[in-house]
Amino acid sequence: MELLKFEDVSVGYESKPVAEHLSFTISEGDYLCIVGENGAGKSTLMKTLLSLKAPLSGKIRFENGLMRNEIGYLPQQTDIQRDFPATVWEVVSSGCLNRSGLRPFYTREQKETAAHWMQVLEIEALKKRSYRALSGGQQQRVLLARALCATRKMIVLDEPVAGLDPIVTADMYNLIKKINGDGITVVMVSHDLSAALSYASHILQIQHGSCFFGTIEQYRASEIGKFFLEKAGEGDA
Amino acid sequence: MLETLLSNMRLDLSVDFFEALKKYLPMSFTINALTVAPLVALCAALLGVTLVLKRYSMIGDGLSHVTFGTMTVATTLSLSPMYVSLPVTTLVAVWLLRGGKQKLKGDSAIAILSVSFLSLGYVVMNIFPPKGGNVSGDVCSILFGSTSIITLSHSDVILCIILAAIVLLFYLLFYKKIFAVTFDEDFARATGTRASAYNLLLAVITAVVIVLAVRLVGALLITALIVFPAQCGMRLFKSFRAVILSAAAISVCCAVAGILIAIVYSTPVGCTIVATELTAFLICVLIDFLKGGRKK
Ligand SMILES: Nc1ncnc2c1ncn2[C@@H]1O[C@H](COP(=O)(O)OP(=O)(O)O)[C@@H](O)[C@H]1O
Ligand SMILES: [Mg+2]
Repeated sequence: MELLKFEDVSVGYESKPVAEHLSFTISEGDYLCIVGENGAGKSTLMKTLLSLKAPLSGKIRFENGLMRNEIGYLPQQTDIQRDFPATVWEVVSSGCLNRSGLRPFYTREQKETAAHWMQVLEIEALKKRSYRALSGGQQQRVLLARALCATRKMIVLDEPVAGLDPIVTADMYNLIKKINGDGITVVMVSHDLSAALSYASHILQIQHGSCFFGTIEQYRASEIGKFFLEKAGEGDA
Repeated sequence: MLETLLSNMRLDLSVDFFEALKKYLPMSFTINALTVAPLVALCAALLGVTLVLKRYSMIGDGLSHVTFGTMTVATTLSLSPMYVSLPVTTLVAVWLLRGGKQKLKGDSAIAILSVSFLSLGYVVMNIFPPKGGNVSGDVCSILFGSTSIITLSHSDVILCIILAAIVLLFYLLFYKKIFAVTFDEDFARATGTRASAYNLLLAVITAVVIVLAVRLVGALLITALIVFPAQCGMRLFKSFRAVILSAAAISVCCAVAGILIAIVYSTPVGCTIVATELTAFLICVLIDFLKGGRKK
């Protein structure tokens, strides 16, 4: 079942395009990895997907009743100020807000959702701690928990492992894979090609000039794929 | 030297504070002032936490100067200041607080508006001096808050109570959304919260509170009502809820203390309230320091 359809979409800032003529489809259960160099426009594309920005041209279609409040989002780096007073619980539970309509309080179900994801991400002990006093890796997990609270059908992750140590990175990848196994569509930005190949089902490579979209197998077989796999030292894989 | 200074001093410290209170408390102007001041201070504190966290500390200053400018124009044209100031200030607030890309960024925009309206107001007052009044006296009373807080009419008090109730209700109902939109607007927007609607509502309420507060502390000192309580709360607590609640409580206490001191010792109301808020802020800084600095 198709969820999102990009038709000849160009994204950029103030009519200056950074990535042009992208056409691809995201279907239910997909694990799409978006790769490309720094500055290729991956984050810009994610913001466009989330309707934070309008596309410069082309059309993004939400198919089969996908709603914006069914998509969770982990931003790359946020502008959250260093002195913002907020506890971990306040941050995580705010992810549940998008479905509470005008209700001023969280329902028990929403609280349970937040508690569940905090448990999965092993941040229960930090519940009452101040968000701004956490380490980078802990903050990342708090924001991931918040994104998971907001997720119903799809989760958009912009470089979720940036700044995490190798062990936590592996945990994170496994967790994302598990979420995907539970039926949540994953769209992940990464510049770790080998991880993308071992976890994802589809790849979108954004590259100035030539873009690629297809399944992992198609990517391995393609010219562009072969070129980059060789560069990444996985040529024989 | 010191003696002449002291003999010229208008402050009469020999007044027995509690004796004087007994005399003034039952009077209707005291009751009016003690109703209005805490309510305005409460609203300003609630908004203040959001504004300070959104890096808009000076918006109160800018908007209050807009209020000053429009008030003088309204007086000159013999229009009711409320009906002119409120819409214009609201428009400016909406323009300033609208998110997204803009050429003129936050603090510069506020500075430009602030001085422009301040000058406009002063020029208008000089060209069309109020009948029988003296210009500098009038300007001074608008800028520093006149005694108008103790000459409030009954309808002023009612209006103030209604507006405060609206602000409180807004905060109570949308507290979680306000948190989400202030904490991370992009996330809130991306996951389907209508961030721009809340920003708009916030802008309108900010304008209303500021127009009200100009009566209370004057155009120059409004920033104090917005910034001090929020900063006090942020020194003392680490959760958003505790910061909001403590800011509100501190603000109300300071307003009440300020009014009482001002009435008993006949000091300027606005400045006295600001002085109490500054004192509270310094105490909070001290507590924070004794706790071992801001543990980040
Ligand atoms: N707010 C902005 N205004 C203008 N240009 C921007 C803005 N943000 C990013 N860019 C430019 O857009 C390009 C793509 O950025 P980005 O999408 O963040 O790349 P990536 O996430 O792939 O590293 C970069 O060249 C960057 O300089
Ligand atoms: Mg990026």
